[in-house]
Amino acid sequence: MTSPARVFDADDIGRVISRIAHEIIERSRGAQNLMIVGIHSRGVPLAQRIAERITVIQGAPCPVGELDVSMYRDDVALRGARPVNATHIPAHGVDGQVVVLVDDVLFSGRTVRAALDALNDIGRPASVQLAVLIDRGHRELPIRADYVGKNLPTSLTETVQVRVLEIDGVDDVLVERKASA
Amino acid sequence: MRHLLSAADLDHQSAVRLLDRAAQLSVVSDRAVKKLPTLRGRTIANLFFEDSTRTRLSFEAAAKRLSADVITFTAKGSSVSKGESLKDTALTLEAMGAEVIVVRHGASGAAYRLAHSDWISASVVNAGDGTHEHPTQALLDAYTIRAHLRDGLGDLTDLRIVIVGDVLHSRVARSNVLLLSTLGATVTLVAPPTLVPVGVSSWPCAVTYDFDEALADADAVMMLRVQAERMSAAYFPSVHEYSRSYGLTDRRARLLSEHAIVLHPGPMNRGMEISADVADSPRSVVVDQVANGVSVRMAVLYEVFGARAEISPEGISHV
Repeated sequence: MTSPARVFDADDIGRVISRIAHEIIERSRGAQNLMIVGIHSRGVPLAQRIAERITVIQGAPCPVGELDVSMYRDDVALRGARPVNATHIPAHGVDGQVVVLVDDVLFSGRTVRAALDALNDIGRPASVQLAVLIDRGHRELPIRADYVGKNLPTSLTETVQVRVLEIDGVDDVLVERKASA
Repeated sequence: MRHLLSAADLDHQSAVRLLDRAAQLSVVSDRAVKKLPTLRGRTIANLFFEDSTRTRLSFEAAAKRLSADVITFTAKGSSVSKGESLKDTALTLEAMGAEVIVVRHGASGAAYRLAHSDWISASVVNAGDGTHEHPTQALLDAYTIRAHLRDGLGDLTDLRIVIVGDVLHSRVARSNVLLLSTLGATVTLVAPPTLVPVGVSSWPCAVTYDFDEALADADAVMMLRVQAERMSAAYFPSVHEYSRSYGLTDRRARLLSEHAIVLHPGPMNRGMEISADVADSPRSVVVDQVANGVSVRMAVLYEVFGARAEISPEGISHV
């Protein structure tokens, strides 16, 4: 097994957050009814950072929420119970909002599928977009991201680990070959 | 957690985790769509050999909020009255696809028997067995106490909880003593000498016969139902005398500290173990207990189904 390769450091992540924030504003033409919603667990701090950037750029606060999708997963039978985290949606709800879901890694697409179902039970957004830090391919569902930090072609024997300051004490992205491979 | 048979199955960490999960799931009851797709297509059987209102309805509501299918069996009007055994009834339910069986039975140890007899491979959740245990009731009581006195966070360290009444016949009391002490609370049982079970000295709690003395520094008072249907002898002289010595009367309620809450597992004998005014007073959290029961049971069912994925059929049976 080789030592993990660092594909992003803290500065890279900062630049990507900034670029995605600008792209979101550009596409939404001024962020009127925009809401940034992070998917637990590492999507949450990333969503907060994007919302902070948008707030700075626009000079008006950008609402941010967090979404727990563990009860919407299709693999309770395969992978067992997961810790359930809080779901917080800003008080005015998602109805009629442009919701940008944020996650760290886009892989099979199943987490995003679960997030869409969870969102659907909360309300009816005007539209839903997806922002991810890393798109590593290998989709199992017809899902694509609207904003991508980096496209990272990987093999299935590799793991991609995004670490964030708020949870892991450090900002970076590591790619590692699985020990069993 | 393959089965939930006793409050003693839960250590501190797993108990707090269950309460935390229940707290997250309780948010679902405030939404317009009160349903999660988590257990879609899975089957839960409610196997109730004894009468029950809130426990059975609560388990049913919990299962339905998680989108599971529920088969409900009650002994009255079933083939049990023709002499069908617990084993055959359980086999029947499993043959219909039940993966988790929620069982209430008049015999202490019935849930354990079902879980460990190799009759069935389904997981078992104890919804009350005789005078032995009722772990989900203890969980919802702990959840309610935590919500009111600990802002819904952490455990119950340093809280003084007094459990009063018919301890001898109460499965609620035993499960609560075990769980509340696991969560760090100091538990005191108050009962007439005739209603204190043998072997209570090995329980993690204190025992006293003096209700007034125990009341003064209590943070929560849990009144137990006097279970006339299980009483085979004269345990106290009269209802009036019981009420005067061990009932939560209006006079005693005034002795409670301002923040103290009053719990009752229901159904209440108003005028016997609790006065009507106390039962309807702001410190009574009886209605909260019922609402919290659904969230707690959702958390338990989710945990039990999750464990079926994690461990092999011959794997560990407890947390």
